[in-house]
Amino acid sequence: MSDRDPREAMLDHLPALRAFALSLTRNGATADDMVQDTVVKAWTNIEKFQPGTNMRAWLFTILRNTYYSSRRKLNREVSDPEGTMTNSLSVKPDHDGHLNLSDFKKAFETLPDEQREALILVGASGHTYEEAADICGVAIGTIKSRANRGRARLAELMSLDGNSPLEMTDNATMAVVAGGGGVLR
Amino acid sequence: MNQKDNDSDPRIAALIDQNLKRVYSDLVQEELPDRFKDLLAILKAQDAEQAGKR
Repeated sequence: MSDRDPREAMLDHLPALRAFALSLTRNGATADDMVQDTVVKAWTNIEKFQPGTNMRAWLFTILRNTYYSSRRKLNREVSDPEGTMTNSLSVKPDHDGHLNLSDFKKAFETLPDEQREALILVGASGHTYEEAADICGVAIGTIKSRANRGRARLAELMSLDGNSPLEMTDNATMAVVAGGGGVLR
Repeated sequence: MNQKDNDSDPRIAALIDQNLKRVYSDLVQEELPDRFKDLLAILKAQDAEQAGKR
C-alpha cells in the first residue's frame, strides 16, 4: 500500500472532499467546480504531496484555498446577519437525540464560513484540532474558538439550552462520547 | 452571547456534533457526479500521452 500511486489514493477521498466543498459553498454547482479545480491542482502538483502525510488534509487545504481565493475575487460573501433566524426554529431533539435535520442544516448554513469549516473538520469529519488548524492555516486555539462559537450559535438557533429536555438524549450523547467523537477534547 | 466561549454544555456540544456527523455522512454518501470520472479519465490520458512523448 505504501508505494501506491498517490493519484490513485486521491480518488478515495473524493466523496469526503465533495462533502467538505458542499458544506463550505452551500451550493452544489459551486462545490463541484471547487472539487474539479482541486483535483486538477492536486493531480498536477502531486509531487508536492509528501508521502506518509494525510492526503485528505492536503486535498482539503487545496480546496479551501481555492474557495477563499475565489470568494475574495468575487467579493460576494453573503453576510450572515445575526438574528435573522433567531426564534424561527424551536425544535426539540426526538427520543434518539436527533434534531430535525433540515432545520439543523438551515441553521448550520447561516453560520459564517470560518465557523462552518471548523465544525465540519472537527465536529463532523473527525479531524483533530491540530489537523484542522493545519488545514486552515491558523492556530489550534483559533479553530477551537471558531468551533465553540459555531456550536453556541447553533444551540441558540435550535433553542438548545440548559432547559432543553436533554436527559432524553443522554444515551445518544453517551454513545457519541464513548465512540470517541472528539467532542470533549 | 449567552455562553462563555469554551464552557458550553458538553451534552449540547455532543448533540450538535452528532447531528453534524449525520449531515456530513449524508453528503459523503452522495454518488459522485459523472463529471469527476470523466475528469480523471482525461487527466490519466494526458499523463499517458506525456509519458509516450518521453
